[in-house]
Amino acid sequence: MTLDLDPRVPSGPIEQKWAKARFELRLVNPANKRKFKVIVVGSGLAGGAAASTLAELGYDVACFCFQDSPRRAHSIAAQGGINAAKNYQNDGDSVHRLFYDTVKGGDFRAREANVHRLAEVSVDIIDQCAAMGVPFAREYGGTLANRSFGGAQVSRTFYARGQTGQQLLLGVYSALSRQIGVGKVKMFPRTEMLDLVIDNGRAVGIVVRDLVTGAIQSHAAHAVVLATGGYGNVFFLSTNAKGCNVTATYRAYKRGAGFANPCFTQIHPTCIPVSGDYQSKLTLMSESLRNDGRVWVPKAAGDVAKHPDQITEPDRDYYLERKYPSFGNLSPRDIASRAAKEVCDEGRGVGPGGRGVYLDFRDAITRDSEDTIREKYGNLFDMYERITAENPYRVPMRIYPAVHYTMGGLWVDYNLQTTIPGLFCLGEANFSDHGANRLGASALMQGLADGYFIIPYTIGNYLAGVGSASLADPASSAFTATETELRARLDRLLAIPGSRSVDSFHKELGHLLWEGCGMARSKQSLTGALAKLPELRAEFWRDVRVLGGSDTFNQSLEKAGRLADFLEFAELMCRDALVREESCGGHFRVEHQVDGEAKRDDDKFCHAAVWEYAGEANPPVRNVEQLVFENVKLATRSYK
Amino acid sequence: MSELDLTLHIWRQADRRSPGKLVTYKVKGVSTHASFLEMLDILNEQLIERGEEPVAFDHDCREGICGMCSLMINGRAHGGQRATTTCQLHMRLFKNGDQIWIEPWRAHAFPVIKDLCVDRTAFDRVMAVGGFVTANCGSAPDANDLLVPKDSADHAMDAAACIGCGACVAACPNGSAMLFTAAKLAHLHHLPQGQPERMHRTHAMVSAMDAAGFGNCSNHYECEAACPKDISRDVMALLNRDYAKAAFVSRDREDKADGGRMRAG
Repeated sequence: MTLDLDPRVPSGPIEQKWAKARFELRLVNPANKRKFKVIVVGSGLAGGAAASTLAELGYDVACFCFQDSPRRAHSIAAQGGINAAKNYQNDGDSVHRLFYDTVKGGDFRAREANVHRLAEVSVDIIDQCAAMGVPFAREYGGTLANRSFGGAQVSRTFYARGQTGQQLLLGVYSALSRQIGVGKVKMFPRTEMLDLVIDNGRAVGIVVRDLVTGAIQSHAAHAVVLATGGYGNVFFLSTNAKGCNVTATYRAYKRGAGFANPCFTQIHPTCIPVSGDYQSKLTLMSESLRNDGRVWVPKAAGDVAKHPDQITEPDRDYYLERKYPSFGNLSPRDIASRAAKEVCDEGRGVGPGGRGVYLDFRDAITRDSEDTIREKYGNLFDMYERITAENPYRVPMRIYPAVHYTMGGLWVDYNLQTTIPGLFCLGEANFSDHGANRLGASALMQGLADGYFIIPYTIGNYLAGVGSASLADPASSAFTATETELRARLDRLLAIPGSRSVDSFHKELGHLLWEGCGMARSKQSLTGALAKLPELRAEFWRDVRVLGGSDTFNQSLEKAGRLADFLEFAELMCRDALVREESCGGHFRVEHQVDGEAKRDDDKFCHAAVWEYAGEANPPVRNVEQLVFENVKLATRSYK
Repeated sequence: MSELDLTLHIWRQADRRSPGKLVTYKVKGVSTHASFLEMLDILNEQLIERGEEPVAFDHDCREGICGMCSLMINGRAHGGQRATTTCQLHMRLFKNGDQIWIEPWRAHAFPVIKDLCVDRTAFDRVMAVGGFVTANCGSAPDANDLLVPKDSADHAMDAAACIGCGACVAACPNGSAMLFTAAKLAHLHHLPQGQPERMHRTHAMVSAMDAAGFGNCSNHYECEAACPKDISRDVMALLNRDYAKAAFVSRDREDKADGGRMRAG
């Protein structure tokens, strides 16, 4: 093992680790903070919160996003809510229960200490967001309202209609705007990070492309924070925004950062099914709908073509309620997704191609009235109707699983630092908190925890050790050499005398991965994908057609660069899935199951797999961080 | 499912300084289930096939929430279907053989970057002078210490639903950003958290809006009709009332837009 994978978790009881760390972490005195420059890449919940909070503390911050405004980061699309262990409902919640649910929900593949800290700071997040004016749902008395989410038996999810991610991001964006207004954050919209610069073993800056002018520019800093989200778009079709990509984290990996558990991808059970080849993305229907919607398919395969109203109660199979009576329709995402695939594989799926199950609100509307349901989910129902031209108040929704989130990401220690000193990674882009499966309403929680409450403490510890005089020169050879490489790569893409569009390759990659490394994986499917990927990559570099120039606004060139990285990264995912000979969470190996449920192998795989780049000519090296469970007993996950 | 053959007239412009023009394209075999942007994807694939540069257009989430997509479609911002962004507009609303005119947002404060993409950073500049509550991270009391009546929270949420797409500006004959700015103000001013900075915030954001080159409001309410999130014109009435009050209370203070140093109004 060559990577330093010491998680640097403080000693002592788990409830005291974060308090202990906060005392032990070195501080930068207030007058010196302005002498330190920090680069934050990404402006979503994690990146935007980090940038604004570090600026509030006094650091000199530069923040980059590829969208035209920081307000558009993909956090904005999260619908359902954010978890916090407030126990406002008096229903038995606690920090320990949120911690326990998250470790169990992640199928025992997350680091206990990080998850406990996440549960601890969850309560501060709600306080902070409320103080900033996030319009959370309220009870008539003026207190905050809650709802339930998958994988939990308490109501701990705070929400703002079906637009929770939007409202939390607008809160972050408002704090960021304040710091931009006073000049403490320099914002670079429509600017994409293309590479990380390392000097003397430390992260010293980044090289970016101005997407409007095409200019390649270097930026130096004392520390670099990546908050660039997940890599679900490697599948082409996913619930991610079209621009989401792996480039920043993959480039960091190629520069020496360990990449952990790339095969841990989350397939969300409630998305609108695919309608045709032209489809460009999949739309999520929030998991919160499963609070009131009942999931079913016909008992008999012969009934699938019937109108749902003609299928009477005894002929319906409410399969989640049948198989998992204690969690029912609120079973965790990985379990609900696989169950949907299973009934469709049995020929009981509904809608075009038989790839769909019903999410039915008939009983909830009868029980609570249509107005109540409209109040809770109106915007989601409207969105469904716009896309499908069907009225979900009258006809059950049809849903099917789709790629949604990626639990894998850059390996980080307890301080959120990667294996490269000075390079930190937050939010979905890191691997630390969700193990092999993320629970609903926990992504927003982690993004804000990392950005608002963790990085502001841990980055000071690093900066205090490097000294403010250590700022790199962006005209030095470390930067100029990287700039030269990047320009050559862009020129190479534009010079290929090819015939196929970038999207045609991306779709092909997506099909290949969905079959080979999707909801169910096998040794055969993975080795098949691994054999085809180098061919596809070679064909891309031989036959892609990218029109236009590099010194101008060129969306095809942006996409081509991102896809080139996805084509390499896909191989890492498949390798990771192949070596992990067990099923856990979202990673389901068909060879490892008991009665259709995932079968973990804790003797061999109770660890995070951390991949280390070893050059173009060599396969990557698999390192491990052993995971120790001292506070939640390793057990087979059961939601029955 | 049926398929459409369409004639598109699309604004092509190489960059901010070059003149642009409408160029006509034919696109065939578009599924009625495709979204409007997927129809443009199909066109772009056909253009690449022919060796012509694809049409640049802004988009990201494609589920109606990020506010990145835009487009004047047949002269209507986001195509004219009520409360719908361009990315959520579906081709089933069009007929076989239709001619469709597709142009960028046109407003003085939103210069064209390329083809159908415009620069909307003027909105960010309005936000940077007051679109926030000054509450440093870590200073908050318990969330339930501050009770917010449900009606207030609901009104705040109605205004906060704004996605910052700019359709209101594009639809306005004066290129005014009143609905956007007023929605931002109304979100915070319906909540107790927004009260301490209310007057200064109103004054600062309206000044920044004027400085960014947006036009004046002359009560056409095209903005409300074009808004994909159904933001009501009522927010503008609130802005006007507050702005009149702010003119009195801010007389004795420096009026420059100094966001981070704002004091109670």
